[in-house]
Formats: sequence, structure tokens, C-alpha cells
Amino acid sequence: MPSDKKKRRPVLVQMETPNLIPERDLGSIPVLQAEHLGIDFGGLTAVDDFNIAMGRTEISGLIGPNGAGKTTIFNLLTSVYKPTRGTVLVDGYDTASKSVAEVNRMGVARTFQNIRLFSQMSVLENVLVGYGNAMRTNLITDMLRLPGHWRQEAEYREKALELLDIFDMRKYADTQAGNLPYGAQRRLEILRALATGPKVLLLDEPAAGMNPAETEELMENILKIRDEFQIAILLIEHDMSLVMGVCEVVGVLDYGKIIAKGTPEQIQNDPRVIEAYLGKQEVK
Amino acid sequence: MFITQVLNGLQLGSIYALVALGYTMVYGIILLLNFAHGDIIMVGAYVSWLVMAQLGLNPVLAVILSVAACTLMGVLIDKVAYAPLRNAPRLSILITAIGVSYFLENGAQLVFGADAKVVPAYTDLQTIQVGDLALSFPSVLTVIVTIVATVALTLVVQKTKLGKAMRAVSEDMGAARLMGINVNSTISFTFAVGSALAGIGAVLYAMAYTQASPTMGMMLGTKAFVAAVLGGIGSIPGAVVGGLLVGFAEVIVTALGLSVWKDAVVFLLLIIVLVVRPTGIFGRTMNEKV
Amino acid sequence: MEEEVMTEKRPIISTGGPQPAAGKRRSLSMPARYAINAVLVLVILILGELMIDGGAINRYQSTVLEQVGIYIILAVSLNIATGYLGQLPLGHAGFMSMGAYGCSIFIIRMSEVLGIGARDFVTGSPMTFLLVLGGLVVGGLCAAVAGIIIGIPALRLKGDYLAIITLAFAEIIRVVMLNIDSVLGFELTGGAAGLTGIPGYTSFLLVFGCVAVVCFLIHTMMKSRHGRAILAIRDNEIAAEATGVNTTYYKTLAFVASAFFAGVAGGLYAGCVGVLQPAVFGFMKSIEILVMVVLGGMGSMLGSALSATVLTILPEALRAFSEYRMIAYAVVLVLVMIFRPQGLLGSYDFSLSRIIERVMNRDFPWSRKSAAPAGADDGKEASHDA
Repeated sequence: MPSDKKKRRPVLVQMETPNLIPERDLGSIPVLQAEHLGIDFGGLTAVDDFNIAMGRTEISGLIGPNGAGKTTIFNLLTSVYKPTRGTVLVDGYDTASKSVAEVNRMGVARTFQNIRLFSQMSVLENVLVGYGNAMRTNLITDMLRLPGHWRQEAEYREKALELLDIFDMRKYADTQAGNLPYGAQRRLEILRALATGPKVLLLDEPAAGMNPAETEELMENILKIRDEFQIAILLIEHDMSLVMGVCEVVGVLDYGKIIAKGTPEQIQNDPRVIEAYLGKQEVK
Repeated sequence: MFITQVLNGLQLGSIYALVALGYTMVYGIILLLNFAHGDIIMVGAYVSWLVMAQLGLNPVLAVILSVAACTLMGVLIDKVAYAPLRNAPRLSILITAIGVSYFLENGAQLVFGADAKVVPAYTDLQTIQVGDLALSFPSVLTVIVTIVATVALTLVVQKTKLGKAMRAVSEDMGAARLMGINVNSTISFTFAVGSALAGIGAVLYAMAYTQASPTMGMMLGTKAFVAAVLGGIGSIPGAVVGGLLVGFAEVIVTALGLSVWKDAVVFLLLIIVLVVRPTGIFGRTMNEKV
Repeated sequence: MEEEVMTEKRPIISTGGPQPAAGKRRSLSMPARYAINAVLVLVILILGELMIDGGAINRYQSTVLEQVGIYIILAVSLNIATGYLGQLPLGHAGFMSMGAYGCSIFIIRMSEVLGIGARDFVTGSPMTFLLVLGGLVVGGLCAAVAGIIIGIPALRLKGDYLAIITLAFAEIIRVVMLNIDSVLGFELTGGAAGLTGIPGYTSFLLVFGCVAVVCFLIHTMMKSRHGRAILAIRDNEIAAEATGVNTTYYKTLAFVASAFFAGVAGGLYAGCVGVLQPAVFGFMKSIEILVMVVLGGMGSMLGSALSATVLTILPEALRAFSEYRMIAYAVVLVLVMIFRPQGLLGSYDFSLSRIIERVMNRDFPWSRKSAAPAGADDGKEASHDA
């Protein structure tokens, strides 16, 4: 594999906070936990017996061939689909009866494989929607423009701009989101998710459609987000350099089932994985 | 007495079903609520009136000309008003349909006047004797014609090449075009068939209620539209079942002496069905892929 | 309308690239923006009132003006559900009729209780003013309740199904208004004969005062976290949910707000025409309002207001050609849709303070180097890639 390992090591070394080490981290309640999760679509088992327990600041990856059920797992974790079997716990709380929005408020934010921005709103407004639940003014205060409204708008506007700074996107603040270049749209989706104040961030193919330089930058950004926000990140990705470069744990999904799990090195050398998935890649 | 009511329900329901079929087909293929569809019926009724009452010609000719006029009208409306908007936002096409509907209603009012015209009887035969029962001939005819038309339509859609093209276009217009299907002529064909059915509906309506007025299409169209949605818009059996349901609901409410509430009952029926089954009785549930 | 202030310091033209001058631009403070618009509203109100008092506008013309104001409220209120929430309700006339009946019945009954005669409403007194305000609120609330009743089942449906269910509900309201007296023995609506004896409480000042307040409230709602949530649902419902937006709540909020303001307009309408007949609030009335919104440009409050004005005045002006005017109307409708499907104004919104800021910064269209397309000024239609 390419030089990503070199990239990853220094980051791991510079982790000073003890809870950044996944193994230690697991001693407390997992921030995101799924047990025997499964879903059937009309007799067809799309996902079966999926288990995960993520530490507070863990970065994990989910790989697998197209149609293996990766996005379905994201949809299960975020309550878009109700699981046929099993449970999802966010910070120890069951999400079974929660709506998508409620699960988000419990601390799970996500991006989408096919970008879903609020394309007719400005970049800043997109981020502000993410802050919507943190803002506490009621309808009357806002509609009558009472002082509380102005204070809060100014405060969150500033927060949103600072958030945009992470990806150097302040310059786009007033641009209509739908008019952003592709890469910036992907970054905005991540920022919007971060604005909701998540404990876990689910990234669905964040590097899709990016060139190697952009992917490289994205890797740095993913690590940066984890360090700055102290959150866990679970990502689906086809780009092996990204998965191998940032993930501490990788799970391989095939036909809805986890066929292998381990560190990137273990996964790379696992014959089952090579057979199911990586083999195809290495022909290239 | 009971038989008469059942026949009334079948007759009214059949007319609604024929009109609903037009809504359902057009919606199925270009996702347009064709508001002008009800007004096409009005055109058909006026043609019958013109041919029989004004020109004094044969009723058979009136039927043929009515259906032909409706068919032509449907295709013409599509070509002039809807075709330029194939790629426009759906709401724009909807407003265009409303504009066409206004145009037809007010045009008819200008040409024929606001008051209703009496359409002469197509046939002298008013009742037929089945055993002890004297059944209304128009009612029986309506039911038979509707059955024949529905069966014919189903065969066309299922068996013919054009029917297959229609289904392909309604499934995925872009892919159909890539497969070499002429999308525009398929849409025209759909409008032609839907409008021809409306033409038949117009004749049957004029037979039952013997009048033509500029706004007759509005309520009839709205009810038929309700029928189409009730049955699951886009579905042919749905349109027929929806039409019959609406027809029977009206007849039952009227028989109970509550005729002033019949519109409310029909619409309430619609709301209840949609709350229980959000895409109608035979509607396909479409889930957006996340 | 007059209230189209942008609350954000949005740059006049988004170039898409860095905005070097953005921080240094001279801009108006929020109080200044509101003051400018308040003054504008007052000037228009006073000017109009003076012209009516002075006889420059006759009785008939002022009635037409009142109608214009009422249709503006109806159009901007429907625009909440259509342009901002992105749904297609076809039953706005139903909410309007709930408001009209609610308001006028309340005022008729209360003036009996309080011993206020119909004449007192014309001369006006603090008492009648309060009563009318109360009536309008009652009308709005009646409509809002109807909005909740239909909104909860309707908003579970998508697209055209929502359209048809609201249409159905409005028709049910109409039938109930028509028959509630004769069949159920109430003495409320007057049935088909109509509700008569409504005092003529609607005046130019009242209508346009309401227009200003309604536009202000809609504007402030949309330019807040609540409005952003509504717009987010329109743009992408699935993403909005995943971003923590309680979609059920905000859809209902938009729907109920839309109904409430339609109810207020209905109350004004009742006082303007004096007689209410259920047939007036049929399906065609809903369509008429929808046409105003779509023709003006969805999501543009100014567009809704302008097309409401034009579409109310035009038929009156064309009365001499009454036979042809509806046909002309229909043809215009089809032509506009064919040649400008996004509506006349698209989603452009007018802002007086933005124009003043532009003058302050000497930023005129003709002095600009980059040839920005017309209407791109609000950064909404501009297509720019960095």
C-alpha cells in the first residue's frame, strides 16, 4: 500500500489525551453500539447480525463491495430504517422508538452518499440549520424580533463562520450551496453534520468523486475533526488509501454480514477479505 | 327498488371510472394532474348537442363525432400547452393545465352562452325488460360500455407495442428514450386514449343527465379525479374501483335522503382512504432511496 | 412587500470567490433597516388614506384596493406552504372561508352583546377597533385549527396526494358551511342564502395595516431558525431530518401559519363584501390564489404581492371586455408558464435597504465590472463556481 501509513503514525503519536486510545476508551460506555442488528426487506436479508461498539474518539471504517449493505447499516444506525432484529444504543440509550431527528439530537450525525445539501440556501444557512436545535429562542421572540433573537442570531452566525473556517470555507458563506464546487459540497455536508453537535459522525463515502490530492486533504481533515471535536467517526469508503490511512478498526461487509474485522493491517492480509473484496482491487 | 339503486350506483360509478381512467393514464405517464380533463368531457357533450339538436343528425354520428372531438382536443392540448413544458417544474405544468381548463370553460361560455343546453336523447329505448324488472336502458348501456372500454384498455396497455411503450415511458422516461421509444408520440397516444375515454364518458353523461353546460366538467372532473386518487393514481383497476366507490357512495348518501352532503361524503371518503393507505387502494408505495 | 429586508449582511453580489470587501462594506444597521421600512409603510398608508379622504380615489376604487390587499395576504400566506415549505395545498379558500365566517360571526354576535350598531363600525371607535382586531384573530385561529386538523393527516402524504387531500378538505368545509344551518339546525352561516348583516368594518387602513403586519411576521419567521428549518425541509427533507429538524413540527407550523394568515384575510374579506356565500370559497378560489403565487415566483414574497395586485386589478380594469377577459387571463397564464416557468420574479426578493446600501457603496449595476445576470443580485440565481 502507498505511503499512508507514514501519515497515520505521527497523528497517533501526537494524541495526548489518554482517551484517544480506542482500547482504553472502550472501558467506558461505547458511544455507539449495535447488537445483532439486522433488517429484512420483504424476505431478503439485507443486513444480518451486525455488531459494533465504538469508543469516544475512535475512527472506524466499513468497507465492502457495492450492495453489501453498508449504507443500509447507516440507515439503521440513524433510525431511517427500523431494524427487524437487534438494538442500537447511542451513549447507552436505545434508539428503537426514536425518529431520525431524535437520533440526531441523541448525538448521531451523518452525511450522504449522494450529496443532500439544502441547495437553495446559502452555505451559512446550511450550517445554521444544523445549529437549529442548539438555538433556544421561541417563535414569538423570533417573529417579533425581540432582543434575544438578535443576540442569538449573532452568536450562532459567528459560530457557524468559525466552523466554516475549519475547511477554509468562510469565503463561501453567502454562496448558494447548490452552486458550490463538488468537493466543497462534500465538505459542507460534513460541517453541517458537525453543527448538530454529534458524538458520532457517520460519513458515507466522503471521498467519492475526489482526486488523490483532495482525498489526502480529506484524510487530514477527518483526523483534525476527531481531535478538535473529540468525537467518534464511522465511515464507509471505497477508497482504500483513505480507509487504511485513518481508520483504527475496519469491518468488512459482504452480503449483509461482517466477514472480517480488525486493524487495517489485519484486514489487508485477511484471505477472506482479499477474496471478497480487495482481490478485485489489487488486480488493478 | 334495490336493484334500481345498484344500477344507479353502477351507472354513475362507470362514468366516473371512465373519466378517472383518463386522469390516471396521464398522471401515470407525465405525473400531471390534468385539470383540463374534466373540460374535455364538456366539449364532448357540446359536440353531441351540436350534432343532434342543432344539425339534427343521427345520434350514432353524434357519438362518433363527440369521441373524435375529445380525442383530438386531448392531443391538441398536450401538443400546444404541455409539450413545451416537458422539462419545466411540475407546478408550472399544473398551472398550465389550470389555464387550459379556464380557457375551455370560458371559451365554451363565450361560444354557447352560460346557460345549459339540453342534449336530446340518443335513443328512444328508455327501459328494457328483464323478467319482472324494468331496467333503465341508458344505465345498462353505460355499464356495458364501461366494461368493454376497460377490458379493451387493459388489453391495449398489456398486449400491444404502444401499450408496452406507455408502460416503459411511465416507468422511466429517460431510459425509454434510450431504448428507442418515441416518447412524444407515446405521450400523445396516452392523451388520445385518455381523451377518447373521456369522450365516451361525455356521451354517457349526456345520456344520463341530458345537458351540457360550460362548467359541467368541473365537478364531474373533480369527482373523477378523487376516484382516480382513491383507487391509487396511475393504476387502471384502481381508477375503475375508485370510480365505482365514488358512484356508490353518492347513490347511497342520496338514497338515505342526505343528498346535500354527498360531496362532503365523497371527499371524506377520500381523506379516510388516504390516511389509511397514503397512495390509494391500488397505489404503489414509492420509497425514496436514502 | 415593504418588509423585504434581508436580516443578514449578505453581500450585494456573490461572486462565489473570496469577498475581500465584504467586511468593509458600508451597511445599514438592523434598526435602521426596520426604521426605513416602517417609514415607507407609514407613508404609503397615509398617502392612500389622504387620497381616499380627498376623493382622489373613489368608493369603487378603494374597494378594489381593499381587495388587492386581501389577495396580497392570501397570496403571501399560501406562499409559506407552497414557496417555502414546497408543498402544494389546493384548499386555501377553505382556510379563507373559516376565517371569514369565524370573524364575521364573532363580530356580529359580540356587537349584539356589546350593543354596537353597524354604523359604529363605519365611524369607528376604540371599541369597534378592538372588536375588529379580536374578530380577525378569531378568524385566524379558526383557520389555524382547521389547518391543524387537515395538516396532521395531510402532511404525512407526499406531493400530489397532499394537494388532493387539502382540496377535499376545503370542499368539505364548503359543504358544511352550506348545510350546517338547514340540516343541523344551527343559526350560524345562513346556508346558501349567505351570511348577511356583516358590518362594513374593512377599510383601506385596516387592510394595508394587516398587509404590513402579516408580511413583517412572515418575513421574520422565515429569517429565523424556524424559517430555516422550513426551507431545509423544502430543499431536502431526508437531510433536514438527519440534521435534527423535527420535520413533522415544522411542516405543521408552516401549514398552520399559512392557514392563520389566510383566515385573517378571510376576516377582512367578510367586512369588505358584507355577504358571505359558501359557493364563493370553492375550488376555483383556491386555484386563483395559487396562480398568484406561482405567477409571481414561488418563494418570492414580492412576487406574490405583485401578481396578487395585478391579477386583482386587471380583471376590474378589463370589465368592459368582460366576455373575453377570462379567456385572455387563461391564455396569459399558459403563455407565462411556457415562457417563464419559474414565475415572473423567480425567487428574487426586493429589499429597499439593500438598494440604499448599494447607493451608499456606489455599487450600481452599470459600474460593475463582472456582468452579473439580472436578478442575480440576491445571490440566489447566480451560478458561480469558484
